[in-house]
Order: sequence, then C-alpha cells, then structure tokens
Amino acid sequence: MTVENSSTAPVILSVRDLDIKFNLRGRVLNAIRGISLDLYQGESLAIVGESGSGKSVFTKTFMGLLDQNGVIAGGEILYNGQDLATFRTERQWRQIRGREIAMVLQDPMTSLNPLKTIGSQIGEAIAIHQGLRGAALRAKVLECLGDVGIPDPEHRYKQYPHEFSGGMRQRVVIAIAVACRPKILICDEPTTALDVTIQAQILDLLKNLKRKYDLTTIYITHDLGVVANVADRIAVMYAGDIVEIGSCEEVFYTPKHPYTWALLSSLPQLGVKGQELYSIQGAPPNLFTEVKGDAFAPRNPHALKIDFEERPPYFEVSPTHKARTWLLDPRAPKVEPPEHIRELQREGVRRHGG
Amino acid sequence: MLKYIAKRLGQAVLTLFIIITIIFCLLRMMPEEGYLGANYDKMSEVQRETILTEMGLRDPVPVQLAKFYRDLLHGNFGTSWIYRPNVAITEILADKAPVSIRMGLMAIGISLVVGIPLGVLMTRFKGHIPDKLGMAFVVLVMAIPQAVYHLFIQTYLTDALSLPMLFKEANVMSWILPTVSLSLYNTATFALWMRRYMVDELNKDYVRLARAKGVKNSVIMASHVFPNAFVPLIQTIPTMILSTAMGSIYVESLYSVPGMGGLLVDVIQRQDNAMVQALVLIYAALGIIGLLLGDLLMGVCDPRITFVEKGGAR
Repeated sequence: MTVENSSTAPVILSVRDLDIKFNLRGRVLNAIRGISLDLYQGESLAIVGESGSGKSVFTKTFMGLLDQNGVIAGGEILYNGQDLATFRTERQWRQIRGREIAMVLQDPMTSLNPLKTIGSQIGEAIAIHQGLRGAALRAKVLECLGDVGIPDPEHRYKQYPHEFSGGMRQRVVIAIAVACRPKILICDEPTTALDVTIQAQILDLLKNLKRKYDLTTIYITHDLGVVANVADRIAVMYAGDIVEIGSCEEVFYTPKHPYTWALLSSLPQLGVKGQELYSIQGAPPNLFTEVKGDAFAPRNPHALKIDFEERPPYFEVSPTHKARTWLLDPRAPKVEPPEHIRELQREGVRRHGG
Repeated sequence: MLKYIAKRLGQAVLTLFIIITIIFCLLRMMPEEGYLGANYDKMSEVQRETILTEMGLRDPVPVQLAKFYRDLLHGNFGTSWIYRPNVAITEILADKAPVSIRMGLMAIGISLVVGIPLGVLMTRFKGHIPDKLGMAFVVLVMAIPQAVYHLFIQTYLTDALSLPMLFKEANVMSWILPTVSLSLYNTATFALWMRRYMVDELNKDYVRLARAKGVKNSVIMASHVFPNAFVPLIQTIPTMILSTAMGSIYVESLYSVPGMGGLLVDVIQRQDNAMVQALVLIYAALGIIGLLLGDLLMGVCDPRITFVEKGGAR
C-alpha cells in the first residue's frame, strides 16, 4: 500500500539540503546537516533515532518553533509554493502554525495552561483560525471534544486541566491540534509520557483522525513499536542526518544502514532470553565539530576506510528505499547484516511473500 | 469558602492573643523609672508609689492582663499614659491613622503599577538594555540599606526637584517624596519576582503549544504567561504590606509625617505601654490579614486551589 501511495501521491512538503545550526555560548552546533526529504500527501512518516539525533529540531523548523539561538543556515522548506526557510516574522508563521501544520507535544501534563478551562484553550485556536465567536465557537469546541473521544463534553468543557487524567489531557492536546483542520500533523513523541494501556488508545485515535480529516502525519519517536503501528514510511536519523529512509517493511525487514541494524538489534523483543541485550557501542559524535565521512563510522564494526574520509551519498535500494552508506557501493566488500537482522529479513519474506 | 475564612479568622484571633500576651508581659518588665519621666529624681518614694498604683502597675500582672482584655473586648484600647496623658488611644489613632493608611496604600499602589509592568518589560527584553537597566535598579534598591537611600532622597531630591522637605497634609507636593520612597523597595521586589516568574513560565510546554496553535506573541504574554506568573506573585503581597508598614516607621519620622509609624517609635521610647500594646496589636493584625488576603486571592486566581477540604486528597 505504501509504495503506491508514495509514488503517486503529490508532495506536500519538500525539504532541500536543510542545515540548522545552534549558537551555544559562542560555539556552533551543527544540529541538522543537509537533510532532504519529501513528505507525500496523506502519508504517515515516522522519524526515528536516538535522543539528540535532531528529530525534534528538524520538525520544529516546519513551524518556526526553533529556539532563539537556532538558525536555518541553508536549504529550503517548500510548502504550498512558499519557502518556509525564508520566513522571519511572526505574522508569516501565524499563517502556517495551527492552520496548515499543527503539533502534538510529548508531555500532556505540562502542555496545557493550568489556569484556563479546556474549552477556552481549544476555542482559542479555533477563534484565531476560523474567526468563530460565542455560541458557534462553543458548538465547534464541543464537536472537537467529541471528535477525540472525550465523554460528556458539555461538562468537560468548563473543567481545568488538573481535573483530567494524562490520557484525557493528551486527547485535549490532540483536539487543539486538529481543531483547525491542518494539512500536516506533527506528533512529537505523543505517547512517551503515557502508560502503555493508554498509548494504544491514543495511537488509534490519531490514526482515526488522520483518516477522517485526511491528515499527513509525522511521528517523532524512538519507540519502534509505535513506528510499526502507525507508519507508512520510516526515516532513520543519526547525528542530524537521515541515514536511511524507506517504507515501513523495507526498513524493518531489509535494513541497509549499519546504524539501522544497530537500532533494530537494540529492540528487546529481538533479544534471545538469557543473552545480554544488545547495545550500540560508543557515543554519538560531537556535533560542535565538523563531522567527516559517515557520522556513524566510529561506532560501526563494519566501517570501511572511506567511511572515515568521505560522506556517503544516498544509494537507491528500491524506488522508495534509500540509505546513506558506502556498503551499498558496488565496489564495497559484501558485509552481511547481523544474525537477527537476517532473521527479520526471512520473516519479512514469509509475511509478504518477498 | 466561608467556612475556610472563618477558620482562618479564628486562627488569626488566637495568634493575636498570643502576640499581645507576650508583649504585655514583656512590657511589664520595663524599669519603673521610665513611667515617671524626667521628674523621677524630684519625687518622693510615696509620690512614685501613688502614681504607679494609679496607673494600675502595682496590681499583679494577670490582673492587669485580664483588665486589659476586658476593655479590649468592649472596643476600648484604654488611654495613653505618657504620650498624651489620659486621652483615649482610639482618639489619638483616629488622628494619626488616616495619613499612614493613605500614604501606605498609595505606596503599595505605586509599587504595583510600576513594579509589575517593569517586570513584564524586563521579561520582554530579557538580556537586552531594558532588562539590564531594570536589574540595576532592583539590585541598587535591594542592596542599599533603606535608611541610606531614604535619607539620600530627602537630602538631594528635595533640592533637585524643589519639593518640600517636610510633610504638610494639605500640600500635595509634600506627599510625593515620602510616598515614592516608601514604594521603592516594593517596586523593586515586584519587578524582580514578576520577571523571574514570567521567565519561568515562558519556558513551559503550554507556551510552546500556544505558539504552535498560532497564538500571537503578545497574546501569549498577556493571556497565558502573565496570569500564570501572577499567581505565585500574590503570595508576596502580605510581605509587601508589612514592609510598607516597616518602611513607614522610618520614612514618617524622616519627613515628620504625623502618622502611626513615627508614633510607634515615639511611644516605645517614652515607655507608653498602653500605646505600644495597641499599636502592636494593629500591626500584627495587619500582617495576619495580609496573609489571609494573599491566600484567598490565590484561590480566586488559581482553579487548582480550593478551600474545601478533600479528606487528604493531596
């Protein structure tokens, strides 16, 4: 399903060679190093990677929500014929925020204003973008509350965030995000702060809303279970770059980048009982200095000499699957992925008939 | 809510009772010479005893205390002993209190009206020149002892602005400097805390979410950040009232304001116990009511605070 989707659906958002730098006490941190990405209308893209790989920073730039000390040093973000990377004023961004692109934050306990009623916080967004007032606004807010599955909206409307449980608050945050019918919904670790039983409910809710309102969704997560549940495509990020991107099946069953191998190997579900869990050796590179070659090379047991010298280009595995590793170069020696990755591959073949 | 207020008022009365009893007993330990003033040396032993007995000081302390409370319950603070002998204290206060109360309220008003916007301005331009200037003001006012800058203002600003050095109730110009002096400390405190709480709030997730909703920056500041920063600020209001009362003790005597602040110093020096007791009672009540007001105001501003007991839910 995914493959047809991404090849036929129009591109809704296109990022070209995006560079983001942060100034931290006079030092420059290269947070995003030349990312290009096409987001297709109606798809669900998951961005995975470890903490500090730049997942959040990357998507924040789509809404102009970078911290004060962050700057877009190069590249373009094309949306609707406009280059968002050139936006400077708040007025320009307000045309995008909430109306075109909306966001669900990680921690529902802190993402609502404790002093305002739920109704007024949802209403605020609707009033701004649809200009509704009074009874019409109220009706719309009640509709939104019902939409995200909050029972007894009439009563809940007047309540304050502290009267809601974590899961219910996240529903409210989602209601705020979809209230203005954005085209793109960014979910920044939407379930990380929730307990497991609620996680599945929230993910279901997001999937339903996506279908109902034809949203294009981006999930930022380091939970591969969430990814498998919701994503059509997966982009794997490492050290401010997308190292591998492909459909959900391609990345899970035929991963090509050693970092993706390592990431999948770290899944506790893939471990064998009695054996120690796999963990990636070493630490991510220091982004204060210019990264030479493949950023993952120092931690990569299969690293080639060229990995330390020259940054690999994207090698196309299939029309939808690309990976940034020299291992895919025809001249490179054949390197077999680790045993459990090959096992995943065989499972993939079993499930999808190759 | 009413039940809560009643409970707090009950506690307040108890607190006042303890404070007054302690003060009363301590004052009875003062040397007797003090009651007789400059004529002490010229009096015979019999004369002294007569006067002291007349003042009721020869009764045992518990008897004196009981009499004091009996009068107090009838709304009678007693009469002044030395300051203005045999004039009812209520009458003396009726003369003095209005000036102090008016000046105090005006000073607190100025602190709120100047201090809070200053704090907001400092947050808005955090790290830039307005913030730095504001911070310089705050640090200056807080670091220099009050007595020093009050004196400085009186000595130099009266000249520079050609304002009167001494207070006359009818002359509006003479109100300016004492009131401003009185408000300075609180202005600085308000500005400092307002800035601090607003900066705290600015970094919270709900501000980020509001921005992601497409809310204007100015609206985020006014309707999200400011109210949330104001709630903890309310806690400082009782302290403001007290520090204004404290400040008035010095400022009033400096500008010869015929108010209660100068009065307290005066009657303590002259050992007019009846007056001291009455004034301590008033100042203590002021402090306690301020605290209660602060708590109630917090409850009004923050929906998370309720005055109904939840049976240990928290």
